Amino acid sequence: MKSLAELNAIKEKVLKEKTEAATKSGEIKVLVGMATCGIMAGAMPVMTALMQEVEKRQLKNVAVSQTGCIGLCNYEPIVEVLMPDMPKVTYIKVTPEKAVKIINDHIVNGKVIKEYTVDNIHWNKE
Amino acid sequence: MREISNHILDILQNSVAAGATLVRTDISYSDDDKKLKVVITDNGKGMDEKTLASVEDPFSTSRKTRSVGLGIPLYKYHAILTGGDFSIKSKLGVGTCVKAVFCTDNIDCMPLGNLVDAILTTISSNHSVRFVFTFKVDDKCFEFDTNDVKDILHNQEGFCDLTVYFYLREFMTSNINKVNGGKLQL
Repeated sequence: MKSLAELNAIKEKVLKEKTEAATKSGEIKVLVGMATCGIMAGAMPVMTALMQEVEKRQLKNVAVSQTGCIGLCNYEPIVEVLMPDMPKVTYIKVTPEKAVKIINDHIVNGKVIKEYTVDNIHWNKE
Repeated sequence: MREISNHILDILQNSVAAGATLVRTDISYSDDDKKLKVVITDNGKGMDEKTLASVEDPFSTSRKTRSVGLGIPLYKYHAILTGGDFSIKSKLGVGTCVKAVFCTDNIDCMPLGNLVDAILTTISSNHSVRFVFTFKVDDKCFEFDTNDVKDILHNQEGFCDLTVYFYLREFMTSNINKVNGGKLQL
């Protein structure tokens, strides 16, 4: 069986980079709704896709984490993006493919993907 | 829910919401009787008898926004459906223990699914909680304790780092596969 020994080697590097990045550009938070409703709608693969993309691009100031029920269960999986000095953006019905696009367009290039956001719900139709 | 792991993720969230500082997840499988046992124990605030009696009712929930709570009723349903078993024990101020048994040779049994991601995302989002995880198949066992990782990192927030996350993901996946040895369908 594998042991945790290798963790020692990556520890120093990781912790140093983390503090440097967070002080430089401010922390960006990405929250995934993970209550019963979110999990059922497929929040788990969305969360993994978000983390894989963040790791792939080495975005050290981005924290991906879980949150509870956001309150719009029929629009799950929901992803919220909180960037410093910007209003919160809520993405609905996110898939792993959309998740990758959110990281690339919104977080890296600062462009909100309007057609995926909660503002795009046509309340009277649904 | 499509996988047992989704339920595990859901129940772990309940434990965290109950203010637990230690959450144990014990998964064991015996190839003889094909039974999969999932036991989640926490030291959260627990429930009184009246609350405990109502948690399996879908029209009961602790949240204020809506009057339905489906997490536990669905979990119970999916276990019982396979001819398995389900029970919750809880004591106010002590903690809660949720136990489910799945007969994996029943056609209605869901796959265990992506266990590693279910456990690890919960760990990385709640780094102040200690999680102990054991995975046992027949006489082989893999144990993972977040305190071991914290001892190495000297830092609780180490779990938030994705390099650490993906290292642990591979670490757990490889050990679980080794313990399982292809016996239980994941």
